[in-house]
Amino acid sequence: MAENEAKLVCKSVWKLFGPGAEAALANNRGMSMSDLQSAGLIGAVRDVSLEVSDGEIFVIMGLSGSGKSTLVRCMSRLIEPTAGEILFEGTDLLKASAAEMIEIRRHRMGMVFQHFALLPHLTVLGNVAFPLEVQGIARGERERRAREIVELVGLQGRENYYPRELSGGQQQRVGIARSLAVEPELWFLDEPFSALDPLIRREMQDEFLRLQKLLQKSIVFITHDFDEAIRLADRIAIMKDGAVDQVGTPEDLVIRPATDYVAEFTRDVSRAKVLSVRAIMAPPPKRPPRGGYAGEVPASAKISDIANDLNGADRAFAVTDATGKTVGQLTRDDVIAILMQG
Amino acid sequence: MTDIPTSTDPSLKEEPVPRRFFQRPLVMIWCAALAAAVTFATFAEPYAPWAFKYPRAWRLELYFDGKFIELKNWISKVVDWLISDASFGLFTFTELTRGVSWIMERPYILAKSLLSTGFLEGQGSAAIQILPPLSWIAVIVIIVAMARFARDRKLAALVGACFLYLALFNQWSSAMVTLSSIVIAVPFGVAGGLLIGIAAHRSRIVKMIVSPVLDLMQTVPVFAYLVPILVLFGFGPVSAIIATIIYAMPPMVRITMLALKQVPGEIIDLGNMVGCTRRQMTWRVMVPSAMSSLMIGVNQVIMLSLNMVIIASMIGAGGLGYDVLASLRRLDIGAGIEAGVGIVVLAIALDRLSQAFASREPSEHREERPSALWRRFPYTAVCLAVVLATGILGLFWGWAQAWPAAWSITTGDFWSELVKYININFFDELETFKNALLLNVLIPFKRFLIAIPWPVAMALLGLAGYSLGGWRLGVLCALLCLFVASVGLWSKAMVTVYLCGISVMFACLIGIPVGIAAAERERVWRVVRVVIDTLQTLPSFVYLMPVVMLFRVGDFTAMIAVVAYALAPAVRYTAHGIRQVDPQLLEAGVVSGCTPGQLLRKIKLKLALPEIMLGINQTIMLALSMLVITALVGTRELGQEVYIALTKADIGRGLVAGFCVAFIAIIADRLITAGAQRARARLGLQ
Ligand SMILES: Nc1ncnc2c1ncn2[C@@H]1O[C@H](COP(=O)(O)OP(=O)(O)OP(=O)(O)O)[C@@H](O)[C@H]1O
Ligand SMILES: [Mg+2]
Repeated sequence: MAENEAKLVCKSVWKLFGPGAEAALANNRGMSMSDLQSAGLIGAVRDVSLEVSDGEIFVIMGLSGSGKSTLVRCMSRLIEPTAGEILFEGTDLLKASAAEMIEIRRHRMGMVFQHFALLPHLTVLGNVAFPLEVQGIARGERERRAREIVELVGLQGRENYYPRELSGGQQQRVGIARSLAVEPELWFLDEPFSALDPLIRREMQDEFLRLQKLLQKSIVFITHDFDEAIRLADRIAIMKDGAVDQVGTPEDLVIRPATDYVAEFTRDVSRAKVLSVRAIMAPPPKRPPRGGYAGEVPASAKISDIANDLNGADRAFAVTDATGKTVGQLTRDDVIAILMQG
Repeated sequence: MTDIPTSTDPSLKEEPVPRRFFQRPLVMIWCAALAAAVTFATFAEPYAPWAFKYPRAWRLELYFDGKFIELKNWISKVVDWLISDASFGLFTFTELTRGVSWIMERPYILAKSLLSTGFLEGQGSAAIQILPPLSWIAVIVIIVAMARFARDRKLAALVGACFLYLALFNQWSSAMVTLSSIVIAVPFGVAGGLLIGIAAHRSRIVKMIVSPVLDLMQTVPVFAYLVPILVLFGFGPVSAIIATIIYAMPPMVRITMLALKQVPGEIIDLGNMVGCTRRQMTWRVMVPSAMSSLMIGVNQVIMLSLNMVIIASMIGAGGLGYDVLASLRRLDIGAGIEAGVGIVVLAIALDRLSQAFASREPSEHREERPSALWRRFPYTAVCLAVVLATGILGLFWGWAQAWPAAWSITTGDFWSELVKYININFFDELETFKNALLLNVLIPFKRFLIAIPWPVAMALLGLAGYSLGGWRLGVLCALLCLFVASVGLWSKAMVTVYLCGISVMFACLIGIPVGIAAAERERVWRVVRVVIDTLQTLPSFVYLMPVVMLFRVGDFTAMIAVVAYALAPAVRYTAHGIRQVDPQLLEAGVVSGCTPGQLLRKIKLKLALPEIMLGINQTIMLALSMLVITALVGTRELGQEVYIALTKADIGRGLVAGFCVAFIAIIADRLITAGAQRARARLGLQ
């Protein structure tokens, strides 16, 4: 991927907590976990480099304490990284003045929080309009815009409720609406659904995908739930102890885990949902099989989506790419082998 | 320390040889120190007279205008210089104080006109009323409407009853004067506290300045800063309001700092992410999010302002406080108790009302806003209507304006008779009781304390500080002790320590068992809680009156009043400490066959110890603040020193004695807190 396409680029970002972190890091750019421990520092983010491209859902995933929140707070400069560069559309955020940061955050970034962070003294409408209020937009105008967004997230009729009168899912809808009020280009979500019940979480994920289809934002989404990551992500970064172990599409992670840690994560994942046809197809034979193919399946489809079509067919299927050209073949047995793996 | 095995043998290192109590190094040091202290105190007088009477020549002296003078004179000189010569370029110091009092006076006059005197034209007795004050009916309706708005009918009834009481018992006009100063002092106190708290939250430097000042403010007796206020602002209601504000503000500052610190990090991140400027962050994000905690601070300010009512009347506040003080001076118990109860009733009403506002949830959502103004603000509308109606009616019928004297009841005679009756019939018993305690407990204890030479006290306190909290605490204790000696107030300070110590001892002897009983039985706890809640709303002076009536003036009277005033925390913390002991531990105790007595001694009291120590700490703080007030009944200690300074308007003398009280409080507080900390660490409760 060329760098100018990237919305946000992190170049060896470090965040160390503890006294004398800067000096220690300047002395030794490649501090290991044990170096840090002996220096009495906490390595919340260690040498992270990654790129988030325009319009993509980039998921950062890792266990509790792996440094996800710290990383995303570095990206939005809510906390100052100890070292590294954060390029937002090519300009270094860390060099922006306080006033410039305020401008960037007011118009180009949005953030959704794990515990919603709603202001208790404002109504739904007041909360959603709050970012606009801070910008000094007149009441009538900002309430009109807030109403539109409240409708977009499906909360119409509750504009005058106070946060404590809403359920968790509804509260997070308010949080989402508020972060969208300024029409941000870059959208951070820090475990937005972790505090919700599983059923509501699922519903909110669907809602989120619907919104993204509509809005096409560049998204950094934090989660500690691998299933959630797989459902939502275009690409996933897996973090461990502050460092990124691997970045890739869900499929990459499942097929080619870079470390044992990543493999451990992906072990229990339903492969059929992650793997695409392209990943398991056989190369096309020189001649089409006798009696022709049983049918065609797109190379980009997930196994779980086409499994039913293949059921009962005794001949192979042709695998076609986006242009309709046959790029491989797939048999029922290949699919069953994947399904058996869980 | 040399008996610790230094062998490199690992088995020896891992298992330190268990040592007996008397072989622990600290215990040995203490034994040696105490023995040395006793020897020194008994035999050293002929050889080191300076240790028994602090020499004049060694007193703390500071430089002023060419020579060194004693600290208290130095302070007075500096203030004199401020008043007569100091100037900030554009204006002089005197102009500054005048300006401040002018600013405070405007709203006060407005409030007083509204509640008490009416709007006047002209000066003094030649003034004519152009508009009457709010009628008693209007005031009651307003206050009831506020209660109904803040919570419910029950609260409205309570608050209404309190105000009706004031009218019925003929305290209305004084109560309204008091109310008008409270109404002015509270907003200034709240706003000032809020601003200082915010500044301290935002800037480390401000915080470093504010924190020790707060510590000092909470321990310096009020009288001590009445003196400078009196000198700077003169005698009158404005000075009284300023004193009240200074007294009531520190908890607001503390609560603001705490509340802002407790705002969740996510909310702050939110503020940053939507691009708040610093000001927007403070006023649109932090302060509104912390509102419910801040309201607790408002309640505190109100309660402390009411606490100051009587003391403030010493520098010119009128109203209920003045009535109490005047009747105390006349020894007119009936009138005093009536006015005192009036303050209590006012305090209860305002306390409950402000608590209701503090805990009020933001209102439910409303679908439609009614268009008519009076329907949108029904409470305001009713109040305005009543104000107008009674104002007009009052022009024709006097009773609608002012509560008619003929409707009032007085209980003054009853109280006077009651005390007279007790004194006539039980004089001998009371006197015997008092003398027995005085001769057998109080006086020996006082003699003992006064006999301790100051260097010995200093060394022992330093050692105590060292063994409880490390060398810093040790040095702090010793230095504060040295200060008290070096300003020539050692023996008075010892009398303060004696009175405080003996009162705290009695308060604990009563309070801790009551606390234990309350913790064991829910029914007892419910009763006890009401009692101590009430005790804590009573202004300190109220305790003084009945005791003076029964025991006349002197140390004993002071002690009883202090015990009554300082009892509440001992009870509360004990009960709380025992009730919060982990029930699993109790079950473990029961299973291993503890009798209820063993359960109490071996488990509950042990685990509640840190909490009980904090209770004792609070008791000491309250006792010290009450002691200064008991100077009015003729004790001879630091409180008296402050009180004399007040009557002579001698700033230096008052402040120095005030600092001494504060330092005693700080030593006690730091030592006990460190001790509680250690106990907690030892019990693994951290
Ligand atoms: N302000 C701080 N001071 C010191 N250490 C911190 C601070 N903030 C975070 N840490 C440490 O940095 C590490 C990473 O924390 P972080 O909150 O980023 O983890 P996370 O992946 O978001 O975890 P979770 O899923 O629990 O939110 C943790 O070990 C944490 O203890
Ligand atoms: Mg996190």
